[in-house]
Amino acid sequence: MTMIYTRDYEIEKEDFVAAGEVSARIKNKLKQLGVAPALIRKIAIASYEAEINMIIHSYGGHMQLDIDEDSIKITCADTGPGIPDIDLAMQEGYSTASDTVREMGFGAGMGLPNMSKNSDNMHIESSPAGTTVTLKFQM
Amino acid sequence: MKTAEIAEKMGLKLLTDGLAEEAEVTDGCVCDLLSWVMARGEAGMAWVTVQTHLNVIAVACLHDFACVIIPESIDVPQATIDKAKEEGVVIYSSSKTSYAICCELYDLGIGK
Repeated sequence: MTMIYTRDYEIEKEDFVAAGEVSARIKNKLKQLGVAPALIRKIAIASYEAEINMIIHSYGGHMQLDIDEDSIKITCADTGPGIPDIDLAMQEGYSTASDTVREMGFGAGMGLPNMSKNSDNMHIESSPAGTTVTLKFQM
Repeated sequence: MKTAEIAEKMGLKLLTDGLAEEAEVTDGCVCDLLSWVMARGEAGMAWVTVQTHLNVIAVACLHDFACVIIPESIDVPQATIDKAKEEGVVIYSSSKTSYAICCELYDLGIGK
């Protein structure tokens, strides 16, 4: 499979000022490449939720965008503290976000469900050393 | 209907001066939960929200919303306005409640 584009983006813990910028860059890249608007929308939703999750819940990490001829992959790898119960975290409405974060309109417990609904495949691996969420989208 | 026409008919105040008000408004959305808006937003929406922090701009930008309308003359931080200008997101302010703004949008035929 020929890789068309690959790019790594750093995500910093609790950096709400920059939140959404990586997703915006990913979206702009997909636009440049002529990806269908409906697919861009799905990827934008999933990548935004992933980015926000890393900012709110993790110690920081990286998001990597890999585009090949027929699929797009976003790999979100952080350095902890991990998701203790992934099944619980996947339930819509469940959230461990702080009151401050909720007042900003986050922490509705829709992040992981939104990522799952908008991707063709989502895989989560988590331990206290870090969580890796892999999102795949078919062109 | 374009944002400029809606702003004129509804008496909205443009906070992002200098930005073109040419986006076509196709529908409306009133919600303060960002994930909810991310999940259900569509391009061309006018988004009514009491949230005024920077991430409102990120959501509006990712969805290609036509504009953001802040109700009840809530103060919008300059950093948010600056970011909106940078990203080309039109923000309006209204003295009316979110409910009244939505009623007016509907009366103008938005989302019908």
